[in-house]
Amino acid sequence: MFEHEDKNMALNEDLQSQIGERDGIRDKLKRMCRENPLAAVSAVVIAIIILMAIFAPVIAPYGEAEQDLINRLQAPSAEHWLGTDELGRDLFSRMLYGSRLSITIGILPSLISLTIGVVAGLAAGYFGGWVDYVIMRVADVMLSIPSLILAMVVMYTLGTSTVNLFIALSMTGWSSVARVVRSQTLSIKQSEYVEAARSIGVGRWKIMFRHILPNCIPSLIVLFTLNVPSAILSESSLSFLGIGVKVPAASWGLIVNQGRQFLFTQPWLCLAPCVAIMIVVLAFNFLGDGLRDALDPYMQR
Amino acid sequence: MKYFLKRVIGTIPVLLGVVLLIFVMLRIIPGNPVVILLGEHYDQATIDRLTDLMGYDQPILLQFVNYVKGALVGDLGVSYKYSRPVTEMIMEALPYTIRLALMAVVFAWGLGLITGIIAAVKKNNFIDRMFMGVSLLGVSMPIFMTSLLLQYIFAFKLGWLPMTEEGTFASMILPAIALGWNSAGSVARMTRSSLIEVMQADYIDTARAKGLRKGAVIIGHALKNSLLPVVTMMALQLSSMLSGAVITESVFAIPGIGRLATTAINNRDMPVLQGTVLFTTVIVIAGNLLADFLYSVLDPRIRKGD
Repeated sequence: MFEHEDKNMALNEDLQSQIGERDGIRDKLKRMCRENPLAAVSAVVIAIIILMAIFAPVIAPYGEAEQDLINRLQAPSAEHWLGTDELGRDLFSRMLYGSRLSITIGILPSLISLTIGVVAGLAAGYFGGWVDYVIMRVADVMLSIPSLILAMVVMYTLGTSTVNLFIALSMTGWSSVARVVRSQTLSIKQSEYVEAARSIGVGRWKIMFRHILPNCIPSLIVLFTLNVPSAILSESSLSFLGIGVKVPAASWGLIVNQGRQFLFTQPWLCLAPCVAIMIVVLAFNFLGDGLRDALDPYMQR
Repeated sequence: MKYFLKRVIGTIPVLLGVVLLIFVMLRIIPGNPVVILLGEHYDQATIDRLTDLMGYDQPILLQFVNYVKGALVGDLGVSYKYSRPVTEMIMEALPYTIRLALMAVVFAWGLGLITGIIAAVKKNNFIDRMFMGVSLLGVSMPIFMTSLLLQYIFAFKLGWLPMTEEGTFASMILPAIALGWNSAGSVARMTRSSLIEVMQADYIDTARAKGLRKGAVIIGHALKNSLLPVVTMMALQLSSMLSGAVITESVFAIPGIGRLATTAINNRDMPVLQGTVLFTTVIVIAGNLLADFLYSVLDPRIRKGD
């Protein structure tokens, strides 16, 4: 009796894994955690870093701008885990506070560019014709300008400030999202259930957002996860060049920029934030790769 | 050839779009550019004369048409800061960036291909895992981190190579490695996955069955076909390489295109910025075209498909 049920269940699971599509996103994520521990660990690392950013004032042993001019440029010690900078500020605390800006700049502009990309891609794929032509040519234009240089132009126009940095980074990432959403919309548009929805008089926008968009969500999760590290890298590059975040605000890139003059005497001042950036980017890349394998078998590596 | 011609023509609207976008973006800055240029000490007569001279009193559409006309014959305007033709400044900076990029590409291809092939041959082996781990580390390292690390270790601690650009070959090695490091990671990953895919094809089994050694099969048969995606990726990476050059040129004090753009922003030198952005974008578009062309030469199926 039990044996029989077991067999049935095994058969069922086998069928489900063959169909694949039957699995919800949650099941696929569970499978990813089982089969790809690296991705799971990365997710935990990201969660810890986000928590550290949120609770920075609680964790940080010193204030963000607390100066101690007697103990300037100290080497890492028990008191100052990562040493102090030229104004005697504790580097570890500065990096904790800086993570708030760096992480936010990774996530928020990615969300904005994702939204723009979704709307543009849906419209281009669904309406076709001149709408498609115009949107995709604009996307081509944005993609042909090297992203850092485009962001530099936006910063030149708007002036260097943190808010403008958000705008600059939101403007650069949407075109690749639009391309993916467009191509998926094109294929889903042909499916029978969309035709059925159309035949019973469902409105165009409702079809796009209620019937086509949910099918793009796996790809969108992957794109978002891989967009965050590139936004973080762009921010830190701009801040490193001195055209990003402005003092007194701090981001990891800016701390690197300030510590650069001490590279040969106090190398930890600029290398510690570099390592922090690398860990976050690496974690997001691992997670993104894992998600792509788990959620989106059609997307090429 | 017809296919290629169509692709070339297809880039014209994109190119015009780039010029328009940059042109509009750099001109929606509030305030008269001439006033910004002159700073605090000026009188109305000077402003009027300069505005007239630089054509800022003309309607913006006419300014745009004039700019495009100029750009077509290689005239990108005059620098605010140095009063020199922008084209001349770009041409002076260009050799540095080309040399840097070429050396970076050679490094990226060399390292990436070798590690990618070894990883593919030793699939799922310890060496494979290690190479792929390191390559992901390479992709995830911010380019300024690579630059600063190399500068610290090889120029400062060991003293093997010069700290900054000195016009010699040796002084370009560190910047080229820093710039190529990220690409090397992606070339390695791409080579590995594409080689593994090709190795599963039937003709590989045939070649092995007729008694060819494994090494001969990989080099003679598999590699040729697996290089296709790698070639395309390399051309697409031109864009991120030019972005990266901005950083490496800044760290190693190389007077190239990227450095020109950075200083143009700091000097609020609009014509120079406009010219460099336009120029780099043209390079990127040309690179994509070249990749398409190479792809169709290497893989005849593409031409037939169109």
